[in-house]
Amino acid sequence: MLDAIAFYTLAALILAFAIAVITARNPVHSVVFLVINFLAVAIVYIVLGAEFLAMIQVLVYAGGIVVLYLFVVMLVNLKRGPEAHQDPRRQTGAGVGLAVAVLAELTAILAYTGRNPLPAVVPAASARGPGGNTEQLGWLLYTTYLIPFEVASMLLLVAMIGAIVLARKVD
Amino acid sequence: MTDLFVVPLLQIVVVLNAVLVAVTYMVLLERKIIAWVQSRLGPMRVGPHGILQPIADALKLLLKEDITPIRADRWIFTLAPIISLVPALIAFAVIPFGGEATLFGHRVPLYIANVNVGLLYIVSITSIGVYGIILAGYSSNSKYPLLASLRASAQLISYEVAVTLMLVSVIVTTRTLSLVGIVEGQMRQHIWYVFIQPVAAVVLFIGGLAETNRTPFDLAEAEQELTGGFHTEYSGMRFAMFFLAEYANMIVVSAVMTTLFFGGWLSPFPNVAAAHFLWYIPGWIWFLLKTFVLLYVFIWIRATLPRYRYDQLMRLGWKVLIPVALVNLVVSAIVRVFL
Amino acid sequence: MHFTPITPYHYLLLSAALFSVGVIGVMVRRNIIILFMSIELMFNAVNINLVAFAALYRHEVGQAFAVFVIAVAAAEAAVGLGIILAFYRNKETLNIDEMNLMKG
Repeated sequence: MLDAIAFYTLAALILAFAIAVITARNPVHSVVFLVINFLAVAIVYIVLGAEFLAMIQVLVYAGGIVVLYLFVVMLVNLKRGPEAHQDPRRQTGAGVGLAVAVLAELTAILAYTGRNPLPAVVPAASARGPGGNTEQLGWLLYTTYLIPFEVASMLLLVAMIGAIVLARKVD
Repeated sequence: MTDLFVVPLLQIVVVLNAVLVAVTYMVLLERKIIAWVQSRLGPMRVGPHGILQPIADALKLLLKEDITPIRADRWIFTLAPIISLVPALIAFAVIPFGGEATLFGHRVPLYIANVNVGLLYIVSITSIGVYGIILAGYSSNSKYPLLASLRASAQLISYEVAVTLMLVSVIVTTRTLSLVGIVEGQMRQHIWYVFIQPVAAVVLFIGGLAETNRTPFDLAEAEQELTGGFHTEYSGMRFAMFFLAEYANMIVVSAVMTTLFFGGWLSPFPNVAAAHFLWYIPGWIWFLLKTFVLLYVFIWIRATLPRYRYDQLMRLGWKVLIPVALVNLVVSAIVRVFL
Repeated sequence: MHFTPITPYHYLLLSAALFSVGVIGVMVRRNIIILFMSIELMFNAVNINLVAFAALYRHEVGQAFAVFVIAVAAAEAAVGLGIILAFYRNKETLNIDEMNLMKG
């Protein structure tokens, strides 16, 4: 009962703010909606027993990446008002049609595989005891997935250098 | 039922009210201490020695006209102070003010929640607070707040890197992310972690000064350059919320420092027989005492040090604190594995 | 009021819907920053999927993958926003339809 209320509330929040992100006229408003959306997703992670991931979501996504977006939007928005961002050649019909097709396809796949019922989601935290999943996640990342982990860190390093090179003023 | 809903709700009410009262008195304390440093008396009019000054301040701020600048982005302008105040307040959810206490026959823990990602929770929640400052600067539609908010966000993001890296090396020592677990670890090992991680304590304190926009890193509210900073256009209650957020953040930083490095609610000198009378003082008093000392240092620094220049600030963050944090992390990892 | 228990299918449907919203954003909007944000929405849809499966199988592999997705998203945002800034400096526009220098 409680988990159903939590799920439907969170789902409604997530979808509503996602729609707000793509419909807002002012990009700064979009960024604010995006932050709220990410926070709601973080709560979904907590409900699913992924506390560490939820904190990483808030720290990296909401507190890091989206701040970058806000920064860029502000730097770019300063010179021209929001009305300059009107989209004269938008193809709303085609876009919505395609997206509805994607949703229908995914739902069809789900309905097809969903004929064998799955057990209800148990909040993993209650099943696992007070240790939490941070330790298990760390074990996985540093043993089984060590090489992908190192590749990801190389990717971040390369991205950092790339961003610095791109943002540098060329004299 | 009582333990699941009533007790946490009561705890939340008590903690929120205590924090808000503490914040208003922090302002008075700051004015008094700075006045003493400068050989003045400070506020003396309201009540004996100005003890009722916070009430007068709060009344004044509540009664003042609430101005929204014309052509400001109206609802973001309203949202920004809320965004900066709420993270500062909900960070108190995981701070352990003490162990367990017996209250009317109930065993009540003196913390609201003991989660196994407590430290990460604090870091991530405080990283949300930066939106309040950026959005305030953007929505005011005025040049000084915008400059201040650009400064502040760059500063906060830069120092967040150093602080988070340093916290990783602290976690290597504590081996847990739960704040209650960290204090209990210090109880088991009979040592405050400040003696194991002294570099981390210093860097984290500097980072805390920068993250709360305090002197010497208060470039976001450099009055001489920016006519007030990111809250120039704010007045009345909304201005008060920024103020509350800043002081609540100071208390959060001090409380987290106390928990991580100074033994939280533990009484000092556990292994000195002559100091055993200290055990009769309850834990939460020790916690508040240690937090108060750190807050005093915050104010003391403000009264003593001049403000950094912007390039000096960035150089300190990127070229000193982050390398120090990296070296400290490597050293603590080596010590942890081989010793 | 009676609800059916929440199964992983509910989360998968939520994820599919969020992904579709992201697709609509990419298809409909022409402001490149909004496009990037829609891509972030899709990343999040994928992560919800992975975490739902991690909860279903009681194993952290899905969460480990989600960590990698977040790392890639961070790298993408840094480089992508750098490109946007560099482009804006030259062309003074954010409309993706005007980014057609390579068209012969």
